[in-house]
Amino acid sequence: MTEVLLETRNLTIKFGGITAADNVSLTINAGKNLAIIGPNGAGKTTFLNICTGWLKPSKGQVLFEGQDITPLPPRKIVDRGVARAFQIPQLFTEHTALENLLIAASARQKRRNPLVDMHAIPERTEMLNLLDMVGCADVADALVVELPEGQRKLIDIAVALALKPRLLLMDEPTSGVASSEKHAIMEILIGALKEANVTSVFVEHDMGIVEKYADEVAVWNSGNVQLRGTPAEILEHPDVIRDVIGEVV
Amino acid sequence: MPTRTQSSKPSNKVNARMTSPLSWLWIVGMAVIIAVPFLVPSMQLLVNFALAKGLAVLGVTVLLRAGQVSFGHALYFGIAAYAGAFLMTSMPATDFFVILIVGVLGAIVAGLFVGLFVVRYRGIFFGMLNLAFSMIFWSILEKFYHLTGGADGLRFTRPTVFGQALDHVQFNMVLYYSVLVLMVALGWFTHRWFASPVGQLFQTIKTNETRLEYLGISPKRALLSGYLLSAALCGVGGVMMGMAQGVVTPEYVWWVRSAEMVFIAVLGGAGSVQGAFLGALIYEVVRTYASVYAGDIWQMILGGFLLIIILFAPGGLIGILESAFKRDTTKPSAKTGDRK
Repeated sequence: MTEVLLETRNLTIKFGGITAADNVSLTINAGKNLAIIGPNGAGKTTFLNICTGWLKPSKGQVLFEGQDITPLPPRKIVDRGVARAFQIPQLFTEHTALENLLIAASARQKRRNPLVDMHAIPERTEMLNLLDMVGCADVADALVVELPEGQRKLIDIAVALALKPRLLLMDEPTSGVASSEKHAIMEILIGALKEANVTSVFVEHDMGIVEKYADEVAVWNSGNVQLRGTPAEILEHPDVIRDVIGEVV
Repeated sequence: MPTRTQSSKPSNKVNARMTSPLSWLWIVGMAVIIAVPFLVPSMQLLVNFALAKGLAVLGVTVLLRAGQVSFGHALYFGIAAYAGAFLMTSMPATDFFVILIVGVLGAIVAGLFVGLFVVRYRGIFFGMLNLAFSMIFWSILEKFYHLTGGADGLRFTRPTVFGQALDHVQFNMVLYYSVLVLMVALGWFTHRWFASPVGQLFQTIKTNETRLEYLGISPKRALLSGYLLSAALCGVGGVMMGMAQGVVTPEYVWWVRSAEMVFIAVLGGAGSVQGAFLGALIYEVVRTYASVYAGDIWQMILGGFLLIIILFAPGGLIGILESAFKRDTTKPSAKTGDRK
């Protein structure tokens, strides 16, 4: 039987006259990679914001492993095993790439000893390997503020992975990454997620990435899930071709 | 690719520091400070005041690392000094170390109460709320004359040291070397704290609280940890200053004192541990001698000096020293190249 990791029930949120989430009910099964696609303004990022506690819905519930996490702040949801990578990388700009990961590892372990050098924590090698995995080992000592957007994006994902989550929510993980590197990065990323048994949800606009790396696809439109199915089913659906891919049927 | 060279190999970093010309300068500087009571006894009290003030500036420096400026940290300087003074006036001949501990505990408890409130705010609101709390305490000290002595403050006799009553000279020696030990110990601790995971989490408040929250850390709690450390450091400085002067007055909490701490922190090098003490020493020396020789314009001289620092050397005095010694260390290799 498939285990449901995250479940949303009738999520609703409005920003003025715009309904960004309109009775969204969705289940995310453990061990799967769910891609969320849809036109701009459909409510995809809002959905991630609600699931991670950044926004509170006016109605509805978010359940993680069967427990209601709707009222919890993001940090408490992170503690339960939900991590997030952002559309605009959220990094510590005055720190190096490696330091960003070491800070994440320290936060995960709740390290409080004021006399231990962060660079000497036992997770250092693990974090270097993680940087290597996302192809950023050569910039480990570079300040992230001085790195190109694509690399910052990958480091942002690595920071989320450093938390060893059970569910990883990613907002456009390959935007800003060079086209020639997108598939290679996703190959490594999805492989690492499978190996670590991490379930993922990713918002994506590149249908090639969706087709190849998603187990399931949910199509967002006007604040709700319009369709859900396998990539093959969804990407050939006339509504998706018309509304999302933008081709004339 | 731009890199921060000191981050990748901490052990090499320590070795490099131990042999750098700048570290030798610190060693010589420390030796001079240790010898001041014997070489220049007339400067002993001045250096004592400067180092006590430097401890408080270190507290302000801690907050600067998180990008926060407090315009009211004299509050903890004053609370600790008054806590010690109250103890001395109610229980004369209390031990020096007991006064120190009680004073610092007073600053920490006050830091916890105020901190729980102010850590919700950032930037100008954080700075001004701290100022507001310090001015409230200043008013209490001024108005509750029967308890606090009002504007005249509280005078107290010399504390004992390990149960021994010391004369003026002996006690000043104990104070001088105690503040020196505290400078080294707390400077070392703060330095280590900055490099530790908890210190690093605190410093990320400056750049990205959203990510901090998404690492499972409460930014408010992270800021509170640094706020308590800063209050404690200001408290140590306040108690040491109070005992050195033998009197505490509301001027300890006055807003000018808070501004002075920020001034010195920027002068020394915002965020630098050594800069806090170097800045305090230079400031006290300039202030003392400029007020003697330059009458009423010494504030203008200091103001102009700070302006130059901000415009041309944002790293403060410590930044100037570091860049000067960095240039020096490149020279030998160039000479080696010439020999080849």
